[in-house]
Amino acid sequence: MCQGCGAAIVMRHLLKALGKDVIIAHATGCVEVTTTPYPETAWRVPWIHVAFENAAAVASGIEAAIKALKRKGAIDCSKKVKVVAIGGDGGTVDIGLQALSGMLERGHNVLYVLYDNEAYMNTGIQRSGATPMYAWTTTTPAGRVWRGEWRRKKDIVSIVRAHGVPYVASVNLAYITDFYAKVRKAAEIEGPTFIHAYSPCVPGWRYEPHLTVKIAKLAVQTGIWINYEIEKGVLRVTTPVPKRLPVEEYLKLQGRFGHLTKEEIEAIQRIVDEDVEYINKLVGATVIGPVERRG
Amino acid sequence: MGGKVIPISGNYAVAYAAKAVDVDVVAAYPITPQTAVVEKLAEFVANGELDAEFIHVESEHSALSAVVGASAAGARVFTATSAQGLLLMYEVMHIASTMRLPVVMSIATRAISAPINIWCDHSDFMASSDTGWIMLMALNAQEAHDLTVAAFRIAEDPEVELPVAVGYDGFWVSHTVEPVEVLEKDEALKYAPKRRRQYVLDPERPLTMGSLASPDWYFEFRVQLHDAVERSREVILRAFDEFGKSFGRVYKPVDGYFTDNADLVLISMGSASGTALTYVEEARKSGVRVGLVNIRQFRPFPEEELYKHLEGAGVVAVVDRALNPGSAFVGPLYSDVVLTLFKRGLDIPVLDFVVGLGGRAVTRRDFDEITKRSLAYLGKRMKDIKQHYAFIGVRE
Repeated sequence: MCQGCGAAIVMRHLLKALGKDVIIAHATGCVEVTTTPYPETAWRVPWIHVAFENAAAVASGIEAAIKALKRKGAIDCSKKVKVVAIGGDGGTVDIGLQALSGMLERGHNVLYVLYDNEAYMNTGIQRSGATPMYAWTTTTPAGRVWRGEWRRKKDIVSIVRAHGVPYVASVNLAYITDFYAKVRKAAEIEGPTFIHAYSPCVPGWRYEPHLTVKIAKLAVQTGIWINYEIEKGVLRVTTPVPKRLPVEEYLKLQGRFGHLTKEEIEAIQRIVDEDVEYINKLVGATVIGPVERRG
Repeated sequence: MGGKVIPISGNYAVAYAAKAVDVDVVAAYPITPQTAVVEKLAEFVANGELDAEFIHVESEHSALSAVVGASAAGARVFTATSAQGLLLMYEVMHIASTMRLPVVMSIATRAISAPINIWCDHSDFMASSDTGWIMLMALNAQEAHDLTVAAFRIAEDPEVELPVAVGYDGFWVSHTVEPVEVLEKDEALKYAPKRRRQYVLDPERPLTMGSLASPDWYFEFRVQLHDAVERSREVILRAFDEFGKSFGRVYKPVDGYFTDNADLVLISMGSASGTALTYVEEARKSGVRVGLVNIRQFRPFPEEELYKHLEGAGVVAVVDRALNPGSAFVGPLYSDVVLTLFKRGLDIPVLDFVVGLGGRAVTRRDFDEITKRSLAYLGKRMKDIKQHYAFIGVRE
């Protein structure tokens, strides 16, 4: 893994929060390839990778197998085992969306964890449905005609929530107690649960490796990333931000936004303002405050 | 020995087989002509006749992915499909075999699009022929039932641990109701007992499955797959032998009829072999020295068993129900047959006749035409043939 990799931090804490009694089904991606170079493995829990688009389907099968084998007395009934599917943004919001939808809709007792680094990083920084507006990637380069990505990031949490699942949450590695509480809750709740984990990527976002946690924190402070959970349909912001920093503070540390003009930065600010307003409306209070410029 | 005889379709015969071996997890998606397998299994689960988890997957890709996951977790698993569904599974088929997961799948064979066509040919089955799966082809509903039961024993054998596909012709077999002796659960499980496999996903004994293999390791994985497929030959023979002893129906990798000193041997696979046999029996009565080989075990290809039936032949005619446009062999079965003979230095004319694509009926008249065309090459050698293939029953 790269020095400063956000996904590595996510995985370390995710596994620590989950404990030993888990079975992981992993989609193809950065974490999968870097952690399992045969004959070595970084995983001390049972782990399987099948393909890119089917982690949710594989997890569905594992969960069904455990249910059937327990019922038929082939394995110990008293032992609680949580099945966890892990995928990146490409493997989740794009190619794996159908399998994810099926798994959620059928109500499998599986926790799905999306580590979102906002592009296809394993193949070398190509845009995905989760790439944010104006971000440079190798397939949305900034040129005379194109100015990086020109579409807004796909709202995967709303798609997941539309399936009526019992628990959905977003987590950020710079807010680690919130992270642990949500992972533990998602693992304990029976039924399909979903964690959207913010995962900064050093080469893909073009920043210095020591800035990972700082960038993660700025994402929350600017309102670009909001830590929340939706339990039984009720949304709660777990990291309120009374006064927001301007998005420029977040963007200026990352080379993927290095080509932006003042107008384009303002356009991103307007998008974030809209998103914040939407969340505040859902909560029914101003949990994420207005932008306050630094003195 | 043996259960009761009931009138059921090929599809139902397969569903009864999956029930008899007490599968733990079924994941399948509806597609004609396979659908009735899934419907019947759903009915069994709904009625409490089969204690299994039934996963209503949203695609065939997920169907195979889900049973791969379930198999990795130690369950006995089953899925079924046809045509486009099988093509959608294609990616995962390779993974299931190299990960050595004993998945059993039935394939009601059907033409592949375009144009869309729901009727029988072997395009789907043949398109999966190099995926590292053991592939069997049933001739009728009884065989579809029996081979599905045998498939679990073969797949889960510790010497093998490979996925097995059981093909049977869409509509001709899948929808034809025939008397089938259905095996009971206790006798099926005695023949194909369940066992806890050594390598399964279990928190007590963590292991990593499906890791990344660099150029230093990938090759060995693929060769191990090849070795396992080769080892399965013996296991399949034992499974067939034991099946005959237990239930009185004897299966072999290939069936030969009138192949001793035949001027011509026809080679066919699937339900057309039944028609071919009727033709051959009639032709023999009128003095035509024609024989027939039915291929039951397509992968691993039973070269030795086939060769025994061909070494005395004057001419060989392969009846293919699929087409590989632009290839040197045109029909896929033809390539396996030609190589079987060439490797053993037997230079006799081998012709390829592509028949019955997209559900077009294959009749005794077709076999008569194939026979007449083929016998014209009696006494010739391979190099004397100007055109190796022909399409039978197609508009000019």
